[in-house]
Amino acid sequence: GGMAAAVLLLLLLLAAAGPAPGRADAGRERRDALREELLLSPLPTGDVAATFQFRTRWDADLQRGAVSHYRLFPKALGRLVAALGVRELHLALTQGFWRTRYWGQPPLQAPAGAELWVWFQPTVTDVDKAWKELSNILSGIFCASLNFIDSTNTVIPTASFKPLGLANGTDHHLLRYAVLPREVVCTENLTPWKKLLPCGSKAGLAVLLKAERLFHSSYHSQAVHIRPICRDASCLALSWELRQTLTVVFDFFSSGQGKKDWSLFKMFSRTLTDACPLASQSKVYVDISPKNKEKELLEVSPPPTSVHEAIVQGDRRTYAVYDLLSPSLFNTSRSLNVQLKWKRPQDSSEMPIPTLHAQRYVGGYGLQTGEICTLIYNTHPYRAFPVILLETVPWYLRLYVHTLTIITKGKENKPSYIHYQPAQDRSRPHLLEMLIQLPANSVTKITIQFERALLKWTEYPPDPNHGFYVGSSVLSALVPSVTAMKDMDVEQSPLFTSLFPSSDGSSYFVRLYTEPLLVNLPTPDFSMPYNVICLTCTVVAVCYGSFYNLLTRTFHVEEPSRGGLAKRLANVIRKFRGVPPL
Amino acid sequence: VCTSRFWFNYRHVANTLSVYRSVKRLGIPDSHIVLMLADDMACNPRNPKPATVFSHKNMELNVYGDDVEVDYRSYEVTVENFLRVLTGRIPPSTPRSKRLLSDDRSNILIYMTGHGGNGFLKFQDSEEITNVELADAFEQMWQKRRYNELLFIIDTCQGASMYERFYSPNIMALASSQVGEDSLSHQPDLGIGVHLMDRYTFYVLEFLEEIHPASQTNMNDLFQVCPKSLCVSTPGHRTDLFQRDPQNVLITDFFGSVRKVEITAETLSLDRDVPGLESKFPEEELATEPLKYAEQLPVAQIIHQKPKQKDWHPPGGFILGLWALIIMVFFKTYGIKHMKHVF
Repeated sequence: GGMAAAVLLLLLLLAAAGPAPGRADAGRERRDALREELLLSPLPTGDVAATFQFRTRWDADLQRGAVSHYRLFPKALGRLVAALGVRELHLALTQGFWRTRYWGQPPLQAPAGAELWVWFQPTVTDVDKAWKELSNILSGIFCASLNFIDSTNTVIPTASFKPLGLANGTDHHLLRYAVLPREVVCTENLTPWKKLLPCGSKAGLAVLLKAERLFHSSYHSQAVHIRPICRDASCLALSWELRQTLTVVFDFFSSGQGKKDWSLFKMFSRTLTDACPLASQSKVYVDISPKNKEKELLEVSPPPTSVHEAIVQGDRRTYAVYDLLSPSLFNTSRSLNVQLKWKRPQDSSEMPIPTLHAQRYVGGYGLQTGEICTLIYNTHPYRAFPVILLETVPWYLRLYVHTLTIITKGKENKPSYIHYQPAQDRSRPHLLEMLIQLPANSVTKITIQFERALLKWTEYPPDPNHGFYVGSSVLSALVPSVTAMKDMDVEQSPLFTSLFPSSDGSSYFVRLYTEPLLVNLPTPDFSMPYNVICLTCTVVAVCYGSFYNLLTRTFHVEEPSRGGLAKRLANVIRKFRGVPPL
Repeated sequence: VCTSRFWFNYRHVANTLSVYRSVKRLGIPDSHIVLMLADDMACNPRNPKPATVFSHKNMELNVYGDDVEVDYRSYEVTVENFLRVLTGRIPPSTPRSKRLLSDDRSNILIYMTGHGGNGFLKFQDSEEITNVELADAFEQMWQKRRYNELLFIIDTCQGASMYERFYSPNIMALASSQVGEDSLSHQPDLGIGVHLMDRYTFYVLEFLEEIHPASQTNMNDLFQVCPKSLCVSTPGHRTDLFQRDPQNVLITDFFGSVRKVEITAETLSLDRDVPGLESKFPEEELATEPLKYAEQLPVAQIIHQKPKQKDWHPPGGFILGLWALIIMVFFKTYGIKHMKHVF
């Protein structure tokens, strides 16, 4: 009886214990999910910005175990992450420039050209070799010249570019950052990007991505972000997230034909017909926030399925939401063409100024020296905040760090942290990182002088008179929010709010880029060797040749010619006659 | 391969893209095509219609399309890269799409366009490839058995000079003009402002538009394309190195890729649950404490970041020599017996 009871108790205990703690279910299929979203935000200048975000999340650990079955997560990127020990990968290809001063703070900005920054796992022993292989593989996948990334344009930032995903420690020797400002973005880069999406460009929001409309814009940026994130609220396991974002700004004059009313058809020349069947969520958000706290100016049609309020970038915003998976949306018509109309004309004096914006330009004259000036504006009325400025300058512009001056409101502003790594000719660029406190309502001017180097004649590109690009500088800042943000569930909030992990609601993290610079280096005239050879040979031939002739020419008396046959016959006859010969 | 840079050489990019388009249409996939464009015309700021490259005026045919894959772009199109692709001597980290993975059973079509002269072709206005180099590259390919048959088409001024020096077997070559003649461009478009295509390639494209994967047209028809009345220059060709008679060589041998398809009448059942195909993940160990995101701007941590201690290196030769000189001079001046007073 006692033994039976003990056995029964044991059985009950075993049944109640369930799966052992600390072990996840083995053999159960790992879930992956796709969320797609489009955000349409009208900008103060009349342009409209459209941001697509496609997020594939996979509850598997790519680093361990041989994963062989890929469903939604693209195999090309999954194998890349596993084989090269990549912890985080961010690649952006951009054409154009986001004008922060006029358009407001960008949801996610990227510098002009190609930008690649990668955090490697601590297990990677030779980070430089892995970096070189990674850039070559990515250049094959995205048809971009990323194979030009080498030690002359790679830097190791020490304070900026902290990991955006889960991180165990931030040893900055595992980070690499490179920018190729000369890179062109065109259809051949968009096509492989679209092919990475689970539905391709055949269903869902990606049907709107047609190259002829996307590249006829003021700003086009497509990016791929891979990072590990928390699997759930307890954050005891990680999932891998692939986020593909595409931001495009359609110009008021060229695409809008001078009218401020926009619609999906006007922007993309297509409308939405259905959601991607593989997506668990597919939504279109339209920013209908009232500006300056007045009544609504913007009207959207057809009526949205819901209205969502969120605190984005420290400000309370209202969004009209169209849920493509809700059955009521396609009841009346088979296609969805979201239209935005302005109720009353917008006054240009109402343009809000973003709290943080910057610009950069080259000063000076001539081809010997110059000066890089960066202006950073803090327009907040009473709050000061710090900003990290990262500048990467190619080695052929020799910076003089003793001429670095930072002036705020007329006085010198000493940065709390400076990291400067000088360049080495032909092997390393300059790296300058500074943490600067920006007082409230101020303009900070940072200037540094440089001298232009003369390159070897084989190092010039085929079009040297175009100029040489200096990549954008990066500003990372924690900008104080207008409204405090509550900690929201990452899975429920819209995708465009959740790329930068926020630690505390009183400020939000923003990363801005300045303009790239175009600098002329002293360029030799490549046709000169040919000209010089021709000229020298002509001079030598004419002068030396004539001289040589004069000195060495000898004169002989020439025997008069005997004459032809007729003349000789005539002479014979004249001899007989006794007359002198001819 | 398009070798010209700058906006006014739009027609060379249009030439290359139209041949690319025909070749894709006839069945050759992107993985078997290496496309080199020396400049970007489609997204050039001077292009009034971005993401398009037209070959006809009035913008009828967009040869750029939506599905183009350019393997070598912009500054990557150099003589060195071109010869490396042909001969296969490529750095090991080059991705597959940038390699010519051919063997001794492959037929290769090479189309080059740009500016050329008597015996050379100019790459990007800064270097050139000579006909001797090209002939030697083809000989290397032959010796490494990298091709079965090769068709070389060139559309430049004095193009026939480029194939004069070939000496490897199984090469057929076509050029748009003879030595001493210039190849002319076809027609400008007033909207775009430049010439859109070269005459020879324009008529070749027209000819190829009528070819479909099953057509039986042979090389002799290609030789007749663009007579002097249409082209103003005299196209030339060279077939002495080629072993088959051009009459028997189909256009689709080089321009198309016909795959062998076997049709079967029996049905195959695809079982939904095949054992062994489930993804077997190793058992994961959950972390004992929750993982965290990194702080994006840890001001305090950054300010107190100690600079990395520089490794101590022993003093180099110059410093040692300098100190040795100083010490010698000192002791010569004051004498060695004063040393105990100094120390």
